[in-house]
Amino acid sequence: MSMDETQEEIIRPDHYGDDDFDTDLERTAPKKRVEDLLLNMGPQHPSTHGVLRIVLEMEGEIIVKATPYLGYLHRGVEKLSENSTYSQIIPLTDRLDYTCSMTNNYAFVRAVEKLLQVEIPERAEYVRTIVAEMQRLAGHLFWLGTQALDIGAMTVFFYTFREREVLLDLFEVLCGARLTMSYYRVGGVDRDLTKEIVDRLYKFLETFPENVDEYNTLLETNRIWLGRTRDIAVISAKDAVSFGLTGPALRGSGVNYDIRKAEPYGVYDKVEWEVPLGKKGDTYDRYWIRVEEMRQSAKIIKQCLDQLPEGPIAVDLPTITYPPRDKVTTDMESLIHHFMIATEGFDVPEGEIYCGTEVPKGELGFYIVSQGGNKPYRLRIRPPSFIHMGAFEHMARGYMVSDIITIFGTYDVVMGECDR
Amino acid sequence: MDIAIQIGVVLFQIVLVLGGVLTHVAYLTYAERKVLSDMQDRLGPMEVGPHGLLQPLADGLKLFFKEDIIPSGANKIIFSAAPILVLVPALIGFAVVPFGRDSLQIGSIEITPYIADLNIGVLYILAFASIGAYGILLGGWASNSKYALLGGLRSAAQCISYELPLGLALVGPILLAESLSLKTMTEAQGGGFWHWFIIVQPVAFVIYMICAIAETNRLPFDLPEAESELVAGFFTEYSGMRFSLFFLAEYGNMILVSCIAVVAFLGGWQAPFSFLEFIPPIIWFLAKIYFLLFFYIWLRATVPRLRFDQLMTFCWKVMLPLALVNALVTSIVKYIVT
Repeated sequence: MSMDETQEEIIRPDHYGDDDFDTDLERTAPKKRVEDLLLNMGPQHPSTHGVLRIVLEMEGEIIVKATPYLGYLHRGVEKLSENSTYSQIIPLTDRLDYTCSMTNNYAFVRAVEKLLQVEIPERAEYVRTIVAEMQRLAGHLFWLGTQALDIGAMTVFFYTFREREVLLDLFEVLCGARLTMSYYRVGGVDRDLTKEIVDRLYKFLETFPENVDEYNTLLETNRIWLGRTRDIAVISAKDAVSFGLTGPALRGSGVNYDIRKAEPYGVYDKVEWEVPLGKKGDTYDRYWIRVEEMRQSAKIIKQCLDQLPEGPIAVDLPTITYPPRDKVTTDMESLIHHFMIATEGFDVPEGEIYCGTEVPKGELGFYIVSQGGNKPYRLRIRPPSFIHMGAFEHMARGYMVSDIITIFGTYDVVMGECDR
Repeated sequence: MDIAIQIGVVLFQIVLVLGGVLTHVAYLTYAERKVLSDMQDRLGPMEVGPHGLLQPLADGLKLFFKEDIIPSGANKIIFSAAPILVLVPALIGFAVVPFGRDSLQIGSIEITPYIADLNIGVLYILAFASIGAYGILLGGWASNSKYALLGGLRSAAQCISYELPLGLALVGPILLAESLSLKTMTEAQGGGFWHWFIIVQPVAFVIYMICAIAETNRLPFDLPEAESELVAGFFTEYSGMRFSLFFLAEYGNMILVSCIAVVAFLGGWQAPFSFLEFIPPIIWFLAKIYFLLFFYIWLRATVPRLRFDQLMTFCWKVMLPLALVNALVTSIVKYIVT
């Protein structure tokens, strides 16, 4: 075939869209065939919270079928982990659910510590719990703001971000980063809570309950908000369990399961708090639960700060933790020690472990297979967002296009975690 | 010669009114952003000019220089005509709005504070407002995009539905003033704020305000352009100047419906107390309009968005019966009283 011929073949009529439409009409008109409207939402859409693509089959504005297509943000975190030492994986976990990197770190280091069977000093446990709950506050604030924005209540978004900003500033003082924090370490945490942070946190907690009330005045009894969230995306307790939902999405249906209560870690068993439960399993219940969880988190942080003991912030185990900083600059052996851990990491005994942690979105689990050595043989992540996407179609069917984004937002899905 | 002067005067009025309206539209966008940001704990535009005062100009320039894209498969003629079909009705309504009381006398030339005093003024505005719905529907349809089509359909359904209670709400003031002319209507409300029609027609005023918000596609009724689900609704595919025409029309409509609300319910250019009459009528007129516009922006900062079926239910099951009952009661009372 010559060049000219190939070129001729790809020439299309000028208004091929119009022609297409006409022939379509001719073909369908005599037979009166009825077709569902196929609407492709995403991956670039103002409010799919990242790069999610949903193909909607609709009858008018009613959704007949909603198929999510994932993978636009796949970065191969699991595979990358197989070639990284355990401490190199911590920054990778930051990028799973990038709105709550602290709790991701926590979930990962907890799994490794279980394999290593190390005991964490008490102060470190307190600091970890405080920071994890701060992250839960930030995550729920983020969720509330975006959910409200999706439903059209713009102001709530700015109000919640105002508080989130305070928390992010504190994180910045704590570890120097605001988004991808990498603060937790196997065996403890990176830096200690300073007096400045504790004071600022106390100050924040003083006004925080009032701020939550402020968001609620705009939403809780607003008839439009109720109309948009009540009886939307209802999922029964049985279905929620079958689909493997966790976190607020599961508790919204009234199932009392919170890992912090079921298998307490950190210092969750040393402080008083409650697990809020929904009744109907609709969007409103899930909204209410997250707001209530924010109040509970504030309570937990306050108690932890009151009880905060003195002591080391990392386990005293030279095989996995760095030597003290001042020794590194003065002592030859410490410098070598520091260098070895930084470059080669530490060995983890042979074994398999699954460890689930309650992050703001649900249960984030890490399944690690170790064959000894400083790198995992296989690392599998159980991201709550991905599991929740599985229930998406079940929840979306029969509702209207306007509800799609609400339903999508109600699980608090972050694509970084969904696609990994 | 006389005719030439008359034409000259009318042209002068048109330029004055259009210029005024378009300036207001430009600064309404600025005011909206500033008021919203104040309510939301942020600053809003601050960079262009002092306190961002030149922002509307910068926005206009930017839109003017943007590429004008016509999507492949779009119907070019309808696609180009739609923004004009939307903008013209929004601006043409201002022809019958009386902005003040006294005519300006220069020698033998008289310049009235309105372009025309039609005896069917209200009807004229409503009729033209309906034409705007065609522009929206055709614009959405001609774009060859599903988002735009859905947005256009929604918008057309919404406009047509809400025009009914809107028109019926205006029946009250029309009956009370015994005229469709906006000038006569204003004059009928003279002598203190207790003569304003809002006092005797509060239900009609509330219905009118709600329908006006729906008519101008603003929160909580901004479904046609609900950005969280339909990107930008019927003007998703528009860019550059064509987009800005839609934008101008939306804000022009906001001002127009506020004008009608002020004339029909809030006494037009009348002062609330006779001792305040030393303030020029045009100032009163503008103050009332600004108040209503502020109310729109305030509403936007406060409430979430309704869903489409809720919107339609609300219109047909709540607004329309209420408006009908109100019109009926008003006519009966009016008949008994006179």
